[in-house]
Amino acid sequence: MKNEIIRVEGLKVYYDLKDSFVSNLFTKKKKQVRAVDDVSFSIGKGEILSLVGESGSGKTTTGKAILQLLKITEGNILFHGSRANPEDKAYMKSFRQKAQMIFQDPYQALNPRHLVLDLVAEPLDVNRLVSSAKEREERVVLALEQAGLSPGGDYLYRYPHELSGGQRQRVVIAGAMIMNPEFIVADEPVSMLDASIRTGILRLMMKFREERELAYLFITHDLSLAWLISDRIAIMYLGSILEIGSADDVIKRALHPYTKALTAIMPTPGVNPEKQRNTLPGEIASAAEEIVGCKFRTRCDKAFDKCACERPALKEIEDGHFVACHLY
Amino acid sequence: MKKLLEVENLNTWFHTSKGDLKAVRGVSFDLEYGESLGLVGESGCGKTTCALSIARLLPKEGRITGGKILLEGVDLAAMTEEEIRKKRWKDVSIVFQGAMNALNPVMKVGDQISEAIILHDKTSKEEAKRRTAEILELVEISAKRAENYPHEFSGGMKQRAMIAMALACNPKIVIGDEPTTALDVMVQAQILNLLNKIRKEYRMGFILITHDLSVLGEICDKIAVMYAGKIVEMGTVEDIFERTAHPYTKKLISCFPNIHGEKVIPEGIPGSPPNMLAIRPGCSFAPRCTEKQPCCEQSEPESRQIGAGHYAACHFVRGGEGR
Repeated sequence: MKNEIIRVEGLKVYYDLKDSFVSNLFTKKKKQVRAVDDVSFSIGKGEILSLVGESGSGKTTTGKAILQLLKITEGNILFHGSRANPEDKAYMKSFRQKAQMIFQDPYQALNPRHLVLDLVAEPLDVNRLVSSAKEREERVVLALEQAGLSPGGDYLYRYPHELSGGQRQRVVIAGAMIMNPEFIVADEPVSMLDASIRTGILRLMMKFREERELAYLFITHDLSLAWLISDRIAIMYLGSILEIGSADDVIKRALHPYTKALTAIMPTPGVNPEKQRNTLPGEIASAAEEIVGCKFRTRCDKAFDKCACERPALKEIEDGHFVACHLY
Repeated sequence: MKKLLEVENLNTWFHTSKGDLKAVRGVSFDLEYGESLGLVGESGCGKTTCALSIARLLPKEGRITGGKILLEGVDLAAMTEEEIRKKRWKDVSIVFQGAMNALNPVMKVGDQISEAIILHDKTSKEEAKRRTAEILELVEISAKRAENYPHEFSGGMKQRAMIAMALACNPKIVIGDEPTTALDVMVQAQILNLLNKIRKEYRMGFILITHDLSVLGEICDKIAVMYAGKIVEMGTVEDIFERTAHPYTKKLISCFPNIHGEKVIPEGIPGSPPNMLAIRPGCSFAPRCTEKQPCCEQSEPESRQIGAGHYAACHFVRGGEGR
């Protein structure tokens, strides 16, 4: 891909499960939770890739692993083609400036005892990027205004509790944008907000993409939202990507049985004459259980013999539309 | 035949240090047996306060200052605390958002449900146990799981257990206050399907409170849209989605992405909901309304009938459209 900004290669994040002392004595193999199990994708400059899945599918873990916020078991993260190395302090310092994260809950992401000024200026302080208090304030006012809080000066000396949910999320975004990043992991940035406020935040994120060619990894469980804003969508299930392709391909021409099930239950505003949605039986399995073959087969109505013995790899079915299923 | 529930001109105020907050201002609606009503609006519009008023579960700062809540003709609003305690859970039960965190972690799930049955119906322990098993099967949990503790349940199962508890005393009305908001899409669809099936089977009244307009189309018969403590539009699902009258409802619907429509980010609603401590005269939506006229700022529109069972509170809705 040209203008590639992030490449994820065979990313694995496993956690050891703590067992009792006795069971450790008698079993050789330790139990592991495979939170992310061999995930690969890349994101280009100014591109938005949505990672969609149920809770426990490993989408947040993937986002955090890309930003080196947790220990990677195996695999590589390449930023502008060079391999991210968490040991290399100089590299990490510049990486941290170029890649930022926006969290889901603006009520918890902001320290309630800090002023908006200090919250937004924190990245500047940490990286010692400003020399005077005046410059610091100017940069913060500019960042707030770019995030849609204008006049920015009115917000500097307020505490988070004085702001509404939408305003808080704008403060979070201002803090992430003040370093002029090239890549942002946005973890459910609007799922806590009202629908009417949601669109404002989404438009703001789009504006940054247009103006600065900012790339996003957008983590969400909401398929219709993912379709609305992203260029490509990846569907995750139990730590693996089952389908990836352009937003329209994945939503409107879904191939994988899981994606089909998800799109079938996607609520849309309007009259639904059938008044009943077909749901999948059961719930997402635990990532601690080892499933041989396809991870989705336990809930799949199309599963056959091959699904139980061999794990399907991602295959390109149409141009840029990959699916991991033995049916294709 | 009498209506199951009639809410007439309900007013609920909260006493705060800055004055009285009029959270619900003259809400009226009714509900038949087996009917489901969706109460939708942004946070702070008074939808949860409405539900808490009906179940008489308001915190101590809140009080019902006017209006009637008639359940089969009996006014719940006028009852004393002692009288309502017998009605609550037996007649009106409520499932909260994140209710799965409301289970007692050190008590078996089955025992928690039996406890409610024993307390309200004064049954024997064996009888309560039998009914618990029945009710767990109804919400699609194996009766064997009654012996489990809450931590052995998944999020969706805990929410099902809470629904089971709400159904334990055969209530006439179940209120779901964002019952699926914290859950995954698939589990959400499963639970809403389940609630819908149960209410039809047992002819229960069901009030679904949500901010998510998109789930209402398949669950509800009627929808009431609330804004700043008032119902601004009410009608059947078809009325609300296909014959939308109020500008707020139109805006709210446009905020939800529709994959059958155009792929543009909707405009949203500029501005924010009014400060409920200082309600200004005129239509409360006027400051955010794109269709506002000078008269909107001066006089408050009354709720007007514009079709059979379709009401809207706006100066500029035209009556009888498409009928």
